[in-house]
Amino acid sequence: MSDISLGSSVAGVPEAAPRQPPAMTTGPAAWLRANLFSSWLNTALTLVLAYFIVRWAIGFIDWAFINAIWSVPNNQTQACRALKASDHPGACWAVITEKHRFILFGTYPYEQHWRPALVCVLFTALYIVSAMRRFWRWELAVVWAVTLVAIGVLMWGGVLGLEYVPQERWGGLPITLILSTFGLAFAFPLAIMVALGRRSSMPAIRVLCIAYVELIRGVPLISLLFMASVMFPLFLPEGINIDKLLRAQVAVILFAGAYLAEVVRGGLQALPKGQYEAADALGLSYWHKTGFIILPQALRLVIPPLVNTFIGFFKDTSLVLIIGIFDLLTAGKTSIVEPAWQGFGVEVYLAISVIYFAYCFAMSRYSQNLEAELNRHRVR
Amino acid sequence: MSQSATDPRQFRAPPKKPLRLSWADERVRAIFWQVLIVGIVIAVVWWLVRNTQHNLEVRRIATGFGFLQREAGLPIGESLIQYTPASTYLRALTVGVLNTLKVAVVGIILATILGTLIGIARLSKNWLLAKVAAAYVEVIRDIPLLLQLLFWYTMLQGLPGPRQALNPVTGVFLSNRGLRLPFLDWEVGHSWGLLAFVAGCCATYVYGKAMRRRQMQDGQPRPVWPAALGFLIGLPLVAWWIGGAPSGVEWPALRGFNFQGGMSVSPEYFALLVGLTTYTAGFIAEIVRAGILAVAKGQWEAAQALGLKPGVVLRQIVLPQALRVIIPPMTSQFLNLTKNSSLAVAIGYQDIVSIANTTLNQTGQAIEGIAIIMLVYLTISLSISLFMNWYNSRIALIER
Repeated sequence: MSDISLGSSVAGVPEAAPRQPPAMTTGPAAWLRANLFSSWLNTALTLVLAYFIVRWAIGFIDWAFINAIWSVPNNQTQACRALKASDHPGACWAVITEKHRFILFGTYPYEQHWRPALVCVLFTALYIVSAMRRFWRWELAVVWAVTLVAIGVLMWGGVLGLEYVPQERWGGLPITLILSTFGLAFAFPLAIMVALGRRSSMPAIRVLCIAYVELIRGVPLISLLFMASVMFPLFLPEGINIDKLLRAQVAVILFAGAYLAEVVRGGLQALPKGQYEAADALGLSYWHKTGFIILPQALRLVIPPLVNTFIGFFKDTSLVLIIGIFDLLTAGKTSIVEPAWQGFGVEVYLAISVIYFAYCFAMSRYSQNLEAELNRHRVR
Repeated sequence: MSQSATDPRQFRAPPKKPLRLSWADERVRAIFWQVLIVGIVIAVVWWLVRNTQHNLEVRRIATGFGFLQREAGLPIGESLIQYTPASTYLRALTVGVLNTLKVAVVGIILATILGTLIGIARLSKNWLLAKVAAAYVEVIRDIPLLLQLLFWYTMLQGLPGPRQALNPVTGVFLSNRGLRLPFLDWEVGHSWGLLAFVAGCCATYVYGKAMRRRQMQDGQPRPVWPAALGFLIGLPLVAWWIGGAPSGVEWPALRGFNFQGGMSVSPEYFALLVGLTTYTAGFIAEIVRAGILAVAKGQWEAAQALGLKPGVVLRQIVLPQALRVIIPPMTSQFLNLTKNSSLAVAIGYQDIVSIANTTLNQTGQAIEGIAIIMLVYLTISLSISLFMNWYNSRIALIER
């Protein structure tokens, strides 16, 4: 077609100049038109939304940056209070400047704060290394064990010339990370056992597993935490006392175990039956079949929902506030109890939200990427 | 699995082997493991019970639910039924259950509406709207609910007092004492109207079914909406008019240090409701979005090719298929919302957890108190599950 029209221009018809692509079908103008102004209704919607967003953003920037106070001398918060009551209120970030060490590390001895800080860095590094697929080998378990021991040494001290710090003085972000990491590290094997038990052919074991999962999933985490704080001491023989953090940790593990078990069971069910039958036909024992054939495939299927459950538990560890354990949120809430700083909760909560958001957002993005990567072979 | 196969060998039961008392027999091993594990579980439970009994004796704590009949003496701020500090613990706990239900039911309804709107907005062709909805979902889901509740509660406490209350719409006042709304001066006529509305709902349902049956016979679709409009709006209006057409509205007014009259929403309830609704809506939005995306594009195109109107396509073709995907995860969100309402204890709203916690602190009856909390939540969870499972089986795809 094209060479005909190029080669022979019919007499009388002037040769057409090479035309520009029409401006309204490609390029930014067309994109705007298609996505923001495609109809009267859409145009109105866009304008109204844009108006509100711009107004809100200007208000927020005014409050958070332009009018804000960043530091005050010696807990003198009158300037902050005056600013709050004025016509152009601003944030009092001085509360963060003053209290950030307390919010992050609680009542840990001040001059030893480098230790919990290093623990937070170690935890974060551990998460990042575990997230990389090229490190998914058995050596990773060794890395975990070594890191967790190092974290214990750093927090407690008492060896290698480190000052001993009793567990009652721990607090802040390390507690949140400890609760969620140890919670998941112990809940995960438990969840796998329960999920296998729930699909077992032995009726007694199946009933036990179903009862455990349904009981735990039917009640709120708070009731389990209450149980850990007031009932566990009654359960144990006289004279044996487990400290509060460990009791809460046990409650979190039991709770996480039930939810993770359901996710894992989803993976076990989604696996084609032929895999089970093929393994049986090869004459593998139950544990060989489960360990080498079923679990590697089933867990791979449920990695994205597993990460989503992890995010949920990371957030849920904040509930220990209710039984008075000093995690990040409790530290934040306590930091504004002092009369001088009362009434600056919004600033403190916003700052804490940023920390939680950073961890959860990273995990959720990672889960989305991983899902896309693992499903790449399915997309044609 | 395939019972429909014609191969007769499929139906033949495998020959039954006699049980040999040998480790090589799979069934013997199964019995051994089950006995072992059940035995361990029973032993552990027995050990815990023994310890508990011993500890209770040592600490002189009486067991049993006798304390329920004693005078509670705990003040409760808001209650749906008559309650004074002189009432019994049983009554106090009932108030707690009702308060939990109050926030859970209203929260579920609001979260479903908000979540559906946001889920649809995220699929909008308008880029700005879709991005705003996506940002909302991402931010709300990545911050702990407890933190959000504390944040909302602090925001409410930071509001001006009743004298400088915010007044966004005439008659609506928002202050650090909570929200005040104008409310109907309730009279007999209103009760009549409400009754007529319920009757109208039933009538619409019956009428709709009858029309559907007649459509099945002659294939002619009959519009239901004119009659439904009459039943749902006309009937209550008529009943209200017969009841004397009362039109008094009670407006809140500032008297002394606080507002009087109108409907009052306490700051604790308001913060809890806002927190639960906005948080759960973020999750419901994702479920709704996934449900709509799960309906294959060919379904839209095929319905349009049949000449159906867009509204009918959405209602009769897309929605029934999307609902099948939406309902099961939605059920777990409703359960989550109900269980999350227990976080009320952190901001001082007196739900069942808060009241049971006070009770167990006052009486020292920890086991009974926690058992009550668990029982209440198990009952609510099971009821919601049963209802949603029934609804799910109703709309589920009936396959051959």
